[in-house]
Amino acid sequence: MSEPTSKDPVIVVVQLSGGNDYMNTVVPHSNSLYRDYRPSVNISESDVIELTSDIGFHPAMAPLADMYKEGNVAVIHGVGYENSPRSHFRSMDIWHTCEPETLGTEGWLGRAIKQIDPNKENVVTAVSMGPSLYRALVAPDVPVATVENLDNYGLLTDISPEQKRDRVLDRYKKMYSPMIGSGPVMEFLGQTGLDAMKGADILNVAPSMYSSTVEYADTSIAKKLKGIAQIHLANLGTRIFYCDLGSFDTHADQLSTHNKLWSSASTAIRDFFDDLEQHDAADNVTMFLFSEFGRRVYDNGAGTDHGAGGVCLAIGKNVKGGEYGQYPSMKEGDLDQGDLVPDLDFRSVYTTLAEDWMRLDPVPIVGGNFEKPKFMATSN
Amino acid sequence: MVSTTTNTEISLMAHLMRRAGFGASRNELEERRGKGYEETVEELLNPSNQTPVDIYEFLRYYPMWWKPGTMGGLGQAPWVWTMINTESPLQEKLCIFYHNIFATGVAKVDHYDEIQDMIDMFREKGLGHYKDILLEVAKSPAMIYWLDNNENHADSINENWGRELLELFTMGVGNYTEEDVQECSRAFTGWTLEHKLPRFHMGRWDWEFKFVEDDHDYGQKEFLGHKGNFDGEEVIDIILSKPATAAFIARHLYNFFVEDEPQVPAWSVVPPNNPGAVEFLAKELMDSDYHMETVLRKLFNSDFFKEAQFSRVKNPTEVVVSTLRLVGDSSLPGPDILDWTGQIVYMGQDLLNPPSVEGWHSGIEWINSGTLMKRTNFMSEMISDYSRPGVKSIIDQVSRSASKPEEVVNACLDVMGPLEIAEKTHSELLEHVSSQGDFDWQSSGVTRTLELLQLIVATREYQFA
Repeated sequence: MSEPTSKDPVIVVVQLSGGNDYMNTVVPHSNSLYRDYRPSVNISESDVIELTSDIGFHPAMAPLADMYKEGNVAVIHGVGYENSPRSHFRSMDIWHTCEPETLGTEGWLGRAIKQIDPNKENVVTAVSMGPSLYRALVAPDVPVATVENLDNYGLLTDISPEQKRDRVLDRYKKMYSPMIGSGPVMEFLGQTGLDAMKGADILNVAPSMYSSTVEYADTSIAKKLKGIAQIHLANLGTRIFYCDLGSFDTHADQLSTHNKLWSSASTAIRDFFDDLEQHDAADNVTMFLFSEFGRRVYDNGAGTDHGAGGVCLAIGKNVKGGEYGQYPSMKEGDLDQGDLVPDLDFRSVYTTLAEDWMRLDPVPIVGGNFEKPKFMATSN
Repeated sequence: MVSTTTNTEISLMAHLMRRAGFGASRNELEERRGKGYEETVEELLNPSNQTPVDIYEFLRYYPMWWKPGTMGGLGQAPWVWTMINTESPLQEKLCIFYHNIFATGVAKVDHYDEIQDMIDMFREKGLGHYKDILLEVAKSPAMIYWLDNNENHADSINENWGRELLELFTMGVGNYTEEDVQECSRAFTGWTLEHKLPRFHMGRWDWEFKFVEDDHDYGQKEFLGHKGNFDGEEVIDIILSKPATAAFIARHLYNFFVEDEPQVPAWSVVPPNNPGAVEFLAKELMDSDYHMETVLRKLFNSDFFKEAQFSRVKNPTEVVVSTLRLVGDSSLPGPDILDWTGQIVYMGQDLLNPPSVEGWHSGIEWINSGTLMKRTNFMSEMISDYSRPGVKSIIDQVSRSASKPEEVVNACLDVMGPLEIAEKTHSELLEHVSSQGDFDWQSSGVTRTLELLQLIVATREYQFA
């Protein structure tokens, strides 16, 4: 933990898609029920990286355990919402829109972008690293750059050589410039095309400005986090980054799959923060990890099925490290259809991020008033 | 606007094929012109005369897609492949039309199979009577679960289905009261689905419609001014007897096939762009007992349809499917099919997973900087692939008739549409080709024409159908 920074706060959301197994991520190693429920899909006592006498990390999370011990990781227990549908799509929608009762179409971060940049002054206020826009970032009239691959991002990227592409792009710009009397639809199209070009022009400078001694691994999450680091280090005014990692839907072959995923995630996250640190740019970045649900308490022999309550992690120098909330009771009678019952609403966690970290009004973002777990240094 | 052709017959045929299908190559348009416009409309309205797509050809390559169940995405790939290969494109267009009205998604249903069953039903019955479609939808387990009719009980109603039936599927806001919503819901009590078995790691069993007599409210209802012991089917009959219903469906038809309109939530306050056309379609619906084939025949042969060229923004499915049909060589269910299906998703239309029961907002709402980039890049990459027969054919046709820059620009615009583009766009295209000097088919002609085609698909005008 360090002194609060005067730079604008930045959030990096890492979505663990598919339903991350809470119990094998943050292992309740001293609870004998854990081994009763998980005869096949468990982390052996000797492999658990002990954080406290009660909990420990998955062995693939050693880099995160180091960060935890430095006080830069908050483990937020038992997060979810009532009546989990245990459906990937539905549950992810709920996390994205903050609408557990009805189908929402607007994302919580989309509403955050609107507060940060109400006049659309920066077309790269939010950057989504992936092929399509996550619903979390969707809101009417909010531009978000969706970047699949930063090295190859932009309009008409299939055209080569560079000289030819420049010629075509130059013409594109002329074709999309305002046309008097063309009507609102053509004008909107023109402006959108120019915005797309501008966003690409802005983001394209990032890789060329970047140099670092950190060598990221050759994994999908490492590539995404490296792209995020490049954009952040280029000081383009991006405040919200979003990316995902998956699939955590480990119905079968869980031990090996889960290990690979956490190994790639932990290494990439450590490299990402080292990279930012090296450039003195880590002090205004908070990373947030969540999954749409945790998994069933009992294993199925080779994996685990869809569950309810899960765990969130917040990482960074502005995070007040430690545990928040309670590990949900694992007693037979306390389970709901064999699942851990969440006792912390995910919108509470978002409220802390929106208000204490991003300095925004959380009520319209999460759709109500929720008590905050105080896991940020700026929480009071 | 600049139009590169005086050939109104070809322009009109191209318009029909863009709207009632996924576009057509110039060769196909010429062939159809030989048959005639009305004859082509008849062909489109009679899909049973065409060889249906053999979905098992797809499934041989992608057996996991036979029952995609709880697959984590892209369960719609077989449907996309069907659209690329169908000889009856209007049938698939109607599937999209109905899917957008009766918008049901895996976001809640969490099972592709039941929603795919709905699409198959639209394919089979889409040209029939709207009543039959409504009845099928009311009994679709996907819809029942999506709108909670399995929670609609004789002793405690759940209004979700009853309300959307009136608000989004038939009449529109302002044509019924809250009491009507409740009475309508009572009539559908006991319309439920077979209990789902506990989930296990292979997904779950198929659902089926089930009527539970003990859970049906047989009492008297007062609905839209009628009194009786109505059940669901009788309620549907009453709904269809109301002119407001015909006007509402007419507006859906107009918005999808004719011209971009304001979106559904605005319909109770914003009048149609063309009230006369909507009234005409509404009357045809009433007169034909909502026989969709009859109404679509009138629609495609009407003046207001023929005059509405390029007045709709293409939806993402149209962008991808029509591009693939144009460039050709996309019939084999190779590895690209998943990427193509994904492209439609990236452009904002995750088929079988609409954003809400209201379906996708269309028209200009398809466009944002991310989706416009995806559209442009996809079309540009495909149209410049000279190894594809459709592209080669375009170049052959252009090279036969054009040798100067201006001729090349006009010939490309003609073969690609014929397209109508703004004066300024036209002069930019011309400037682009002219500035690179004289045109020579023996040397750089083909490359330069491919570059021009890339610019044409990147124009604002090309976003319209």
